[in-house]
Amino acid sequence: MTDASALGWWGVPLAILGGAIRVGTPLLWVSLGETVTEKAGRINLGLEGTLLMGAMTAFAVSLATGSPWLGCLAAAGVGVLLGMLHGALCSLARVNDTAMGIALMLAGSGLAFWLGKPLIQPSAPGLPAIALGGWSDVAAVKASLAINPLFVLGLVLAFATHWALGRTRFGLRLRVVGDSENAARAFGLSPTAYRIAATAFGGACAGVGGASLSLVYPGAWSEALSSGQGVMAVALVIFARWDPRRCILAGLLFGGASAISPALQALGYSQGYYLLAALPYVLTLAVLIGLGKPGPSHGAPGELSLNR
Amino acid sequence: MSSIPVPAGAPAAEPSAAALKWRALAEPLVPAAAALALTVLLFSAAVALAGFNAFEVWGLIVLGGFGDAFAWQNTLQRAAPLILTGLAVALPAQAGRVIIGNEGALVLGGLAASALGNVLAAAQAGAWLVWPAMAIAGALAGGVWIGLVGLLREKREVNETIASLLMSFIAIALFNQCVETVLRDPASLNKPSTKPLPDALLLPTMPGLDVHYGLLLGLLVALAAWAVMRFTPLGLALRVAGGNARTALGVGLPVVKLTIGACAAGGACAGLAGAVEVAAVHGAANASLIAGYGYTGILIAFAARFSPAGVVPVAILVGGIAASGSLLQRRLGLPDAAVTVLLGFAFVALIACETLRGRQFFKARS
Repeated sequence: MTDASALGWWGVPLAILGGAIRVGTPLLWVSLGETVTEKAGRINLGLEGTLLMGAMTAFAVSLATGSPWLGCLAAAGVGVLLGMLHGALCSLARVNDTAMGIALMLAGSGLAFWLGKPLIQPSAPGLPAIALGGWSDVAAVKASLAINPLFVLGLVLAFATHWALGRTRFGLRLRVVGDSENAARAFGLSPTAYRIAATAFGGACAGVGGASLSLVYPGAWSEALSSGQGVMAVALVIFARWDPRRCILAGLLFGGASAISPALQALGYSQGYYLLAALPYVLTLAVLIGLGKPGPSHGAPGELSLNR
Repeated sequence: MSSIPVPAGAPAAEPSAAALKWRALAEPLVPAAAALALTVLLFSAAVALAGFNAFEVWGLIVLGGFGDAFAWQNTLQRAAPLILTGLAVALPAQAGRVIIGNEGALVLGGLAASALGNVLAAAQAGAWLVWPAMAIAGALAGGVWIGLVGLLREKREVNETIASLLMSFIAIALFNQCVETVLRDPASLNKPSTKPLPDALLLPTMPGLDVHYGLLLGLLVALAAWAVMRFTPLGLALRVAGGNARTALGVGLPVVKLTIGACAAGGACAGLAGAVEVAAVHGAANASLIAGYGYTGILIAFAARFSPAGVVPVAILVGGIAASGSLLQRRLGLPDAAVTVLLGFAFVALIACETLRGRQFFKARS
């Protein structure tokens, strides 16, 4: 971040943009996954555990095979397993999905730290960046515009998910399941099957989000890797009002808010920036207060336990 | 089967009164027993896969958590804040509100207690004035914070689970801002902290025990909460409001006040936990307060099925398992995280096995 000072004040928006993308990539992925899960009427508060398991797995596989893309795939696989577990257990009668999510968060993060103990020292090959700043000679510009491939993939996935939820047979059925269980049963759909599938997808996305932490930025495995990105997912989804496209905006805003402070610090301003970290949450709370009880007209799934 | 006509004069066998009584006693234990079995099975498998002797590990967990006086002290020390954060979830839950953001209430409670404690210490106030003042400051900070969440729910129908989580993030940002700027002790270089309390104002340990008075405070609060829920009209009103708000309104209960009050009481418990951690353990408010007690409290409350009395044994059990971590590490080289895994498995099993509740297992055989 010391490069930012070379550009003077121009360095600030540039550093914020670069930081927003870097920090926002895992947020984009977890919120996309959680959106689909919630669209099916289920909430997964345990994505923090999935994120950490994904980060650890991606790092370990990349280290062992030398291929970071294989690492991402493995992270998605682990995410699918954890998502299916959450989905299946929450389908049992009288099992509370809020509590199960938090229990799985504890189990997942514990497992990731246990299995990841030997991975703290070595460095695994990371994902190569897509250099969009080649036209500039300034290092700060280059650094800010070296876009990581998972962000680009996340953008594509956001639009693809939006299309799939609105235009495909599976997407429409998934939303029926999420909006009214009775209507779904009348159509002969199995809410349980759709919810397990949606939770598995959410897990896969969170796994890839974790991979972006350990393979892109900060790009190593440590126990302090995640600063609660998985728990934030629920807030991001509300901020995006259950629209996958708005998850991009939400991810960039939440990421940017935490990138502002180091950028300002590089210019010697160190007052008051901790409060900026609260800004996205204040905005999300404002969205919630504005909506009151979010209903289907706001894109909120009617069967979501939190909206009833 | 049901189409076979029952011959007259031979009615279906009715279970005897003794059998019914036995069944009523045993059936609630089935989910807990199943969860215990599942946890033992899963964690033994995990430990064995990692190349450790499962029997040895279980033995050390019992020894390290509950084996001798030293282990018990360690266990109770860890249980003290967990009793309070468990109550912080259990009390609002009695009124039907699921609060998951008590981590924020805890840190704000700790911050308020530390700030007030330092002001009073500078004024040469005595310990018996400072401690109650710190406790009240902590409880007030946490209570207002979560009370606000309850208010949002009643006035704007904002979901309290999500709102409390958001408020928790906001509280932690506020906490960091204060600890890093206005309330920062210039002497704390590496780890930004508020000014530490003078040694004379640190909460002492109880006589004959190496556990601070915070444990006693937690137990007293739990006892009071249990008594209120069990014996007073207020407790009954809360449970009615939580069970069926429409009925509660129908019989003229002040549902809005009751639920906001329950949320505030829960937040006060979490804030008190923060104050105790500052006064007894850390001496100052810093990042060590953000230790996940708020999240563990959620699981403890669910495992205790929101009973204020049930929170105490569950918190002690969790404290014991956490306390055994260091022994496991010293004796076997098992990483600290293994204990987290055990707790995670145990809570997953407990919450999943709730599905067995209310089913009949001990049917009379015909």
